[in-house]
Amino acid sequence: MIDSFVIPLLKVVIVLNATLVGVTYMVLLERKVIAWAQSRLGPMRVGPYGVLQPIADAVKLMLKEDITPTRADKWVFTAAPIISMVPALIVYAVIPFGDKVHLFGRDISLYITDINVGLLYIVSVASVGVYGIILAGYSSNSKFPLLASLRASAQLISYEVAVTLTLVSVIMMAGTLSMVGIVRAQEAGHVWFGFLQPFAFAIFFIGGLAETNRAPFDLPEAEQELTGGFHTEYSGMRFALFFLAEYANMIVVSSVATTLFLGGWLAPFSHWLPFLNIVPGWIWFLIKSFVFLYIFIWVRATLPRYRYDQLMNIGWKVLIPLAIINLVVTGIIKVLLH
Amino acid sequence: MSTVHHGAMFDTDELVINMGPQHPSTHGVLRVVLRLDGEKVVDVDVIIGYLHRGIEKLSENRNWTQIILLTDRMDYVAAATNNVGYCETVEKMLQLEVPRRARYVRTILCELQRIASHCLWIGTHAMDIGAMTVFLYAFRERELILDLFEEFCGARLTYNSMRIGGLPLDIPPGWDKKVLEFCNIMDGKLDEYEGLLTHNRIWLERTKGIGVLTAAEAVDLGLSGPPLRGSGVPRDIRKDEPYAAYDEMEFDVPLGTVGDTYDRYLVRLEEFRQSLRIIRQATQGIPEGPIVGKVPRLIKPLAGETYHAIESPKGELGYFIVSDGKSTNPYRFRVRPPSFCNLQALRRMVKGHLVADVVALIGSLDVVLGEVDR
Repeated sequence: MIDSFVIPLLKVVIVLNATLVGVTYMVLLERKVIAWAQSRLGPMRVGPYGVLQPIADAVKLMLKEDITPTRADKWVFTAAPIISMVPALIVYAVIPFGDKVHLFGRDISLYITDINVGLLYIVSVASVGVYGIILAGYSSNSKFPLLASLRASAQLISYEVAVTLTLVSVIMMAGTLSMVGIVRAQEAGHVWFGFLQPFAFAIFFIGGLAETNRAPFDLPEAEQELTGGFHTEYSGMRFALFFLAEYANMIVVSSVATTLFLGGWLAPFSHWLPFLNIVPGWIWFLIKSFVFLYIFIWVRATLPRYRYDQLMNIGWKVLIPLAIINLVVTGIIKVLLH
Repeated sequence: MSTVHHGAMFDTDELVINMGPQHPSTHGVLRVVLRLDGEKVVDVDVIIGYLHRGIEKLSENRNWTQIILLTDRMDYVAAATNNVGYCETVEKMLQLEVPRRARYVRTILCELQRIASHCLWIGTHAMDIGAMTVFLYAFRERELILDLFEEFCGARLTYNSMRIGGLPLDIPPGWDKKVLEFCNIMDGKLDEYEGLLTHNRIWLERTKGIGVLTAAEAVDLGLSGPPLRGSGVPRDIRKDEPYAAYDEMEFDVPLGTVGDTYDRYLVRLEEFRQSLRIIRQATQGIPEGPIVGKVPRLIKPLAGETYHAIESPKGELGYFIVSDGKSTNPYRFRVRPPSFCNLQALRRMVKGHLVADVVALIGSLDVVLGEVDR
């Protein structure tokens, strides 16, 4: 009873809450890092160094009037933010934050579940989130959001292909779709897949930027062109859900990249530097994910935005062919080695 | 909404989108009505007039000195240049000799103002294309110039910094040293902007080949300033018809080759450097002497009309003033604003490009709506 029901439920509650808190603080981190890049201070008023800013933001968004435009499609308009938020959260079910730990006389694994099609689950659930954006733009019954949602659907679907192809080459290396299995394969080989698959790693990261609508691929919400993009007509908590979903997706991409390419919870070079194993695995996992998140923000502070046609060119003419070549080469090497 | 036939099985509709007057990238209250085919711009209608304050008509009911204050409100990011242009026009009507010291200070102020205006341009232009850090960097440096202006005349935006016949006040002690210090700071900061943009792949892809204007087209459209020079036409009033102390300064006029957005960007960047060069020469060579010429107690130019133009940061800023010789205010006051004339090019440039290019092109023309509408 406890093992099969109470512990998983507790894990779900903890992961869900940790994610939501992480997401809100991600917003603060982004504002702070960008502020430092731009030689200013960022939020400073709420709490010391602005640490309570996310709470103030949340209160503000919840108290704001929630407006539904008269001409909007009301049901779809309400459903869209939910459709975009929920997949971003349930993906965390298969992400392994660490190995087993011994707690209160029990062996507890630091992941909610380990299904044998973990990677496939992530890809398929994450792509449901696209519907949220498309439906938001469509149901707003307004021109700018409509343009944005058309951009979003084209962009997300194209980059999904490239990203998924890189995942296939990782699966070939690991021989399993299970997220825990992939980390174990890296543990057994004493080398992270990021070093064996640098191209796949790079394509995954670029595709990840595009899939989370981040700069330089943030066309669906290009403020300067589309005045906010697909969420122009949203306000209050429904707007907040889109906002949170974007950041939750960033954390998902960072966690998946960490698991697939940077050895998940494994300490770096633990085979040669065994003393690093003293630090618990989940801390390594958080550090690695944090590095990714930091790069996400860094890129946003540095680069201009691509244009729509250029974005499609990069997706279809550069990333997808590269991913396919990478896949074929991986296969050939694998056959030759055996 | 009309239907476009592409000869395909399906008819597609044009989408009419209203951009502005409340839009983050139209630099004030410009309204652009776009007709889109997908993301492609089929046609564009530029609508102005949301910031009309009747400055020209107001000027006909103010005396000659009061008008200086009104000229501040035209191109409000380069107010000192407007002041200089107006004062020189009146001086031309009165055939007044302006002391050399005043002309030197005017040159310094004009060039500082050019840098401030270009800072605002590079910031907003980069922001429109999505590079937001440049915006804050450029505003940081613009702040230093505003401080210099504050020290000179007490104001930070609308300076009222000129008088007919010279300057209202002499430069404060130590001000010239601060100007030179600023020049040294600015040198390094320009490299910073360039590091973020000039060789950035995305920046190149977004600006190269966008909104190409040939030299002939640019002349036909009546462009002036950086958009004209970006197309390779060597026209700079500072060189061709020198005013203030420009005849004593040494500087180059940067020219573009292709006439695209990237060329206009490079031209303005080089203008930053040339402005610094002029400021250094002028600051080190400020002569001693009076700051105001022999101005009559009652300014009343003889009957007649005068046109005088200067090179504002945006292009040719001309004043056409008619005096009836009897009253103490102009009979007719007309401004040839560079932004207004440059804005004409937008329609030609935008056609066939994508929505995202529209904002890049508005930024590339560097219009200030206060000047377009007056």
